[in-house]
Amino acid sequence: MLNGEPTDLPGPMTIAALLERLGIDGRMVAVEYNLTIIKRARYAETTIEPDAEIEIVAFVGGG
Amino acid sequence: MVDPLVIAGRTFTSRLVVGTGKYSSHAVMKAAHEASGTEMVTVAVRRVDLAAKGAGALLEWIDTSHIFILPNTAGCYTADDAVRTARLGREAGLSNWVKLEVIGDQETLFPDTEALIAATHTLVKDGFVVLPYTNDDPIVARKLEDAGAAAVMPLGAPIGSGLGIQNANNLQIIKERAGVPVIVDAGVGTASDAAVAMELGADGVLMNTAIAGASDPPLMAAAMKAAVFAGRLAFLAGRIERRRYATASSPTSGLVTTARRSG
Repeated sequence: MLNGEPTDLPGPMTIAALLERLGIDGRMVAVEYNLTIIKRARYAETTIEPDAEIEIVAFVGGG
Repeated sequence: MVDPLVIAGRTFTSRLVVGTGKYSSHAVMKAAHEASGTEMVTVAVRRVDLAAKGAGALLEWIDTSHIFILPNTAGCYTADDAVRTARLGREAGLSNWVKLEVIGDQETLFPDTEALIAATHTLVKDGFVVLPYTNDDPIVARKLEDAGAAAVMPLGAPIGSGLGIQNANNLQIIKERAGVPVIVDAGVGTASDAAVAMELGADGVLMNTAIAGASDPPLMAAAMKAAVFAGRLAFLAGRIERRRYATASSPTSGLVTTARRSG
């Protein structure tokens, strides 16, 4: 699950690879993997397991 | 500003905190921020729209060299969701500050104060600088301060309502008893509302819709800057007592009068 949507990935990949695939600048977002926040430094070493729940969030306008 | 605002050891010369939501464009927002003189803006934390490019583009329109980013937990209805969102905001951002919102009702957007206090406890223990959006209840304000809040942010009126300060007495009581800064958050409609909040003794004012929703947001931002400044000066100057009857401003002796002749 990626941001609440069922998503199929072409194969095993890391968080860093996923962000690159999505065209997302890792410095601008926060990533939660199975309800645990993943530090930016660990994106490249965190491999996405099947059935993982991933949230990618960023800042948007708000009050 | 004549005297700085200090929250959790961080000094702000501007006492006006503004939002980043509801602007017609990022360019208008940036112009409004500049006109407001603000040094702290709120942002929301949301899922990235995977279909659209440019996640995090908002930050490119905020001059973080002199504007501090305050992530909020807007839209959270439970303490758990607010805590989770705060932690994500800390990870996405540059600081451990959070504008904590736990909303209790969709129609009024009034805070769920019970959950708000609980979330404040949790986040303070987790090392956050917590600025909770609360209602104008002095007892809740005290409990938030006891829980470790770095400031309390009572509403002037419902979020986005533009109704102005609805309970000046309560805000004044909150300020008189608070040991942390009091920021009036939400409800401001126009410049005089911001001035009233500051004249009551508030340490600052936070607003979004009043500026973003104005016909000319940068112009309204300039008005708010002036109003917050004027209100602060008036508070420091000490206003006169209210009286029900007139007291003459000019001397009552030495008047040139026509002598009345008798007979």
